[in-house]
Amino acid sequence: MSQIFHPSANTIAKVSIFGAIFFAGGLLVILNEVNRSPYVTRVGVAREQPVPFSHKHHVGGIGIDCRYCHTAVETSSAAGIPPTETCMSCHSQIWADSPMLEPVRASFRTDRSIEWTRVHDLPGFVYFDHSIHLKKGVGCVTCHGRVDQMPLMYQQNTLNMEWCLDCHRAPEKYVRPREEVFRMDYRPQESQQVIGARLVKEYKIRKLTDCSVCHR
Amino acid sequence: MEHDEQQPSKAVDTEYEVIEPGHSYRSVTDHISAIVLTRKTPKTWLIGFGVSFMVLSLLLMSLGGLLVKGIGLWGVNQPVGWGFDIINFVWWIGIGHAGTLISAILLLLRQDWRTSINRFAEAMTLFAVACAGIYPVFHTGRPWLAYWLFPYPNTMGTWPQVLSPLVWDVFAVSTYATVSALFWYVGMIPDLATLRDRARAKGAKIFYGMLAMGWRGSARHWARYETASLLLAGLATPLVISVHTVVSFDFAVGIIPGWHATIFPPYFVAGAIFAGFAMVLTLSIPLRVFYKLEDFITNRHLDNMAKVMLATGLIVGYGYMMETFMAWYSGNPYESFLMKNRFSGPYMWFYWALITCNVLAPQILWWRRFRRNVTMLFVVSIIVSIGMWLERFIIIPVSLHRDFLPSSWGMYWPTSWDWMTFIGTLGLFASLMFIFLRLLPMISIFEMRTIVPPAEGRSKE
Repeated sequence: MSQIFHPSANTIAKVSIFGAIFFAGGLLVILNEVNRSPYVTRVGVAREQPVPFSHKHHVGGIGIDCRYCHTAVETSSAAGIPPTETCMSCHSQIWADSPMLEPVRASFRTDRSIEWTRVHDLPGFVYFDHSIHLKKGVGCVTCHGRVDQMPLMYQQNTLNMEWCLDCHRAPEKYVRPREEVFRMDYRPQESQQVIGARLVKEYKIRKLTDCSVCHR
Repeated sequence: MEHDEQQPSKAVDTEYEVIEPGHSYRSVTDHISAIVLTRKTPKTWLIGFGVSFMVLSLLLMSLGGLLVKGIGLWGVNQPVGWGFDIINFVWWIGIGHAGTLISAILLLLRQDWRTSINRFAEAMTLFAVACAGIYPVFHTGRPWLAYWLFPYPNTMGTWPQVLSPLVWDVFAVSTYATVSALFWYVGMIPDLATLRDRARAKGAKIFYGMLAMGWRGSARHWARYETASLLLAGLATPLVISVHTVVSFDFAVGIIPGWHATIFPPYFVAGAIFAGFAMVLTLSIPLRVFYKLEDFITNRHLDNMAKVMLATGLIVGYGYMMETFMAWYSGNPYESFLMKNRFSGPYMWFYWALITCNVLAPQILWWRRFRRNVTMLFVVSIIVSIGMWLERFIIIPVSLHRDFLPSSWGMYWPTSWDWMTFIGTLGLFASLMFIFLRLLPMISIFEMRTIVPPAEGRSKE
């Protein structure tokens, strides 16, 4: 009976068995990495907008408060995107002829909203309320990052569920005094451990981790 | 049973051998390998496979429809959230248990009669698990997210709920599938080498050569083989008990009357072995006729399997009795209502059919005359398969359709999509079985050689 396989088949067989395991394992690692990469989560990816609105200029430079534009943030689930009139309250006077601002003036003339590209887009099956987070001492910066340093808006955080749960499971790591929530450059006076624990007690913050808190 | 001894011993011996006399090592190998190697594909095989494959297409259609439209196509709705999906899952997974019992427990107990039926019983296990696995995955409604059931570092920051038996189920069934596949394959390696050595065609040589993984039959190979198969048998043995126990927990942990019973685990395991042996009989009786294997799958095998069926059937019957007894003894009005509803409710015919199939029909197996009547055995095995299917129907939708509040009562009837999926999995099972019979040795050649009486084996070699 003649040989069917060359002696090297032994080595090939062994290598391919181990290789398959490493290949499968490696594939899982790669999938995991891709799934958490900016390609999927869009963390740090500045998004194109119809008008290149700069939070860095308006917040960091001029010092406009968050609530000047996002008026509903303290009372509503949505922070609110400002109407064109808010823009025009200044830009009817300043940079009134700038070609860059033409879409804003066009929106004002035609009474049609500017179609901003949404940067922080939670899935529809997640219930999220801005107002309660502010009331419990979660600063804007905690989730949105230092918007006063962002020329174009991008996501500072993944908005993955594990990121939400990181705080919901241990809110003392992140909460700050209520009066500081809109501060961009807030630094805790004492250690966050001490303040956090005190505020959690004071604001009666519960560790809300039931599914139905967000998935209603 | 007992009166066996009183019969003339000669007649009993020939009737009850695990292999017919007159076989040598060579004739065993020739006969079994010829089915795979030398014969042309028989017409009957082509027809059988063709029909099975067409039935399998029904499964593809029904699952395709499900993916497009969602599980609204099925008959499930409040209050009956589990219907054909879970009935058929439990039915199929139960059928698989006979294969594991034969290959693992009977191996450890050194029952030589398992030798000629273990290979295709294990194949049956694998294929039944494949059919079973389809249901829980698709009944989630979003099968493409089924990997969420496994613990992996996901971006949701959550782990599967380890307090839920449904999660245990995932591990029970996937372990079962893995160990069964390994056991089946490892047990086949020496035979694959035989086929490699006997194959004429180049393609067949390469195919079996690769599968045989360089088996040369050296003493060292055999020593390792023995260790591996014993280890795998040891691993598979607890699975015979654990898998269906965990499946029964899917129900027993719930607080639905008719589900919340401590007898469920043993009663489910016995039912699984009952159904499994029925399926092994249903398969082996026609197989041994078509492939002329009466010498290897003798009446002794059929007789033994019938006895196992009778014993497990009695345990299942005891389970039904205990359910009824507990309904009365617990004094719980919901429990007793449930039993009354089973006896005389809208699904009463299912219940009485179940009792007829699973409790009454197997009783004829007390008589050796019937155990040796092949036609009768075949009929009983089919009846038992139907009965075990009805049992799952009684447990699942019939317990659910009468909720605690009469305002939420309803009825469950499967839709044509349910039937297509069920019949489709029968097609999947049959197709896989046909492919197995054509490509792999359905009976373990080398193990059969060990039960050839040594003198005969050598004299003709």
